[in-house]
Amino acid sequence: MSNYPSDLRYTKDHEWARIDGKRVVIGITEFAVHQLGDITMVELPKEGESFRREQVLGTIESVKAVSDIYAPLSGKVVKTNDPLRDSPETLNEDCYDEGWMVELELSSLDEIKQLMTSEEYAKYVKDHS
Amino acid sequence: MSTTNPSPVGQPRRTPLYDRHVALGARIIDFGGWAMPVQYESILEEHKTVRQAVGLFDVCHMGEVEFVGPGALAAVERLVTNDVRKLAFGQARYTVVCYENGGIVDDCIVYRDHAERIVIVINAANIDKDVAWFAKSVEGRSDVTFRNLSDDFGLIAVQGPRAVSLLQRLSPEAGFAQVKSFHFAKTELLGIPVWAARTGYTGEDGFEVFVPAAEAARLWNVLLEVGKDLGVKPCGLGARDTLRLEACLSLYGNDIDATTNPFEANLGWVVKLDHDFIGRPALEEIKANGVARKLVAFTMEGRGTARHGYDIYDAETGGNKVGVVTSGSVGPTVGKNVGLGYVPVALAELGRTLFVDCRGKRVAAQIAKPPFYRRSAI
Repeated sequence: MSNYPSDLRYTKDHEWARIDGKRVVIGITEFAVHQLGDITMVELPKEGESFRREQVLGTIESVKAVSDIYAPLSGKVVKTNDPLRDSPETLNEDCYDEGWMVELELSSLDEIKQLMTSEEYAKYVKDHS
Repeated sequence: MSTTNPSPVGQPRRTPLYDRHVALGARIIDFGGWAMPVQYESILEEHKTVRQAVGLFDVCHMGEVEFVGPGALAAVERLVTNDVRKLAFGQARYTVVCYENGGIVDDCIVYRDHAERIVIVINAANIDKDVAWFAKSVEGRSDVTFRNLSDDFGLIAVQGPRAVSLLQRLSPEAGFAQVKSFHFAKTELLGIPVWAARTGYTGEDGFEVFVPAAEAARLWNVLLEVGKDLGVKPCGLGARDTLRLEACLSLYGNDIDATTNPFEANLGWVVKLDHDFIGRPALEEIKANGVARKLVAFTMEGRGTARHGYDIYDAETGGNKVGVVTSGSVGPTVGKNVGLGYVPVALAELGRTLFVDCRGKRVAAQIAKPPFYRRSAI
């Protein structure tokens, strides 16, 4: 029943990354969305800010919980999905396309191999829930 | 309830409805030692269901105790701050129970059954503590017997503007519409003897139905089935919390506890000093001297959700920490993020702006008149 597209790479903190050369679009997985429940607020970084891998880059609040979003890879923010600020519920409806969060320009391609494939992530989720 | 639905050793206890929650796909959490549904599909949807239609809540985890005998009323009078002396048979009253120093043992509803029997519904997480406290208070009295009935009773809350319609379907003659607020009817549903009390924890019209634990699941299933076209849905603890917060109903362990007294918690209205009860001398003194802090309701004016335990400041930068948030969440019906928190009396004025530290960011919050939500008159 879980949906983890195979063209994405994943973190243990339940972020996904769609990598295109030095550019990477990131968001949170269906598993994360399900755990959070109704999402009520999304805080995104500003364009131009730089993050190291695993640094907190944003926040997601649901009715019951607050969660940090970690940068899956190191890089500089080149674009943010600003409509999410006003309609955070988009994340509940479509976390892989409309619900993308941030686009980064990578500072290093070496980190990519540390991310999980969709099969690895599906297994990780299964083993940890 | 351990008799009807044993849970694995070392695991949270299960109510008689636990299997129903699992079958309905609920997310189960440990709440005060109980395995309870926090949500089925969506907290926001469940919240809306209760405001607009009717929702069912499993509150079987709550405790029920009884005082029986010629001294029952006098024994309860001595335990609770509110005045129960003139309660009619079939009438109920919200109250708190206090320690000698005025701190709150629990908040509860007292139900007067007949001349010699009173039932009190207490918070699930407080059952052991309350039972010990209540038992101690009747020590040496031969005119009253105190018993913990928590394992015998199931409790299903039927809440929302269509609650009467739903219950009427099972028993058209029972006259649910005529049961007054904070009264209860002893009647039958599906041939099961029940108490239908016009009480609740949502700010909405509705009932809390006392049912023998062994029959709770059957009643739950039938209510969901016959109420389909009324829009009935099972609702979890998540919606229960957002609903009660909009209605500014206190949550023990968050807004009130042994370190808070009823006057600072806006519960002075349940303290009647003209009868004798445990904690009265302390509460008389607190009332005479005035309180130092007060529980205030606030709406978030900036982007941020207040949560239990967040600090409250008197300025956006610098300034002083002046209080702490006791409850906070989105207010789905009021359309704003809302919260409750203790602040010094000098700052507790309507309209004043304070700042809640939302994980390092101070967000403006304006003190508002409680409740955030009040249902329109029926």
